[in-house]
Amino acid sequence: MRITIQSEPFDMGAESNAFATSAKGAGAIVTFTGITRDNAQGDLQVMEIEHYPGMTERALTDIAETAMQRWQLDDCLIIHRYGRLAPQDPIMMVATASRHRADAFAAAEYLMDYLKSRAPFWKKEIAKSGASWVAARDVDEAALKRW
Amino acid sequence: MIDVVYFAWVRERIGLPREQVETSAATVADLITELSAREDRYAMAFADLSSLRVALDQELAEFDSPLAGIREVAIFPPMTGG
Repeated sequence: MRITIQSEPFDMGAESNAFATSAKGAGAIVTFTGITRDNAQGDLQVMEIEHYPGMTERALTDIAETAMQRWQLDDCLIIHRYGRLAPQDPIMMVATASRHRADAFAAAEYLMDYLKSRAPFWKKEIAKSGASWVAARDVDEAALKRW
Repeated sequence: MIDVVYFAWVRERIGLPREQVETSAATVADLITELSAREDRYAMAFADLSSLRVALDQELAEFDSPLAGIREVAIFPPMTGG
């Protein structure tokens, strides 16, 4: 299990390969990468991500440990960036390794759902048309109920 | 004394990321009421409790959670990770 919180960019291909190589015995690897999306006006310049140092590490570790207990996983990975990101930059990724794909998919979705609403990150969009904090979406909160 | 930390637009409205507060508030809600009475910028930041979340010593908590023994209170908007 690895949790990394960093401001630097990461290489999703290299991270996926390294994760797959270390997850010996797994028959299924699922990865998800979140990318900085342009805003509705198409004029996003920077996405600023703020986090709560200390709590972020604890929250992500709790989420990952719960996933490891709940599903039959060989390993899981969470990388999440903070700081200033440009459109198209990878923001975060999760990866899960399991003997079979069902657990790997379900655990990856669980990690994503909890990262959205229970990990202390906040996004601010800086655009030509102005700056605004990204609002939490009801659909993301509702997604937690399925677990 | 208790450390109070703010994030995102709560931090911007209050105008600082962290402060030490001398308080005898029993719960988070009491602390918020106390700060709101102190200055307008707090009252504005805390006007709508449904748009706030809190953590005590870096664990998510509720507004009626007790502050006894707590060193750090964090007040922030709903999180938008992922």
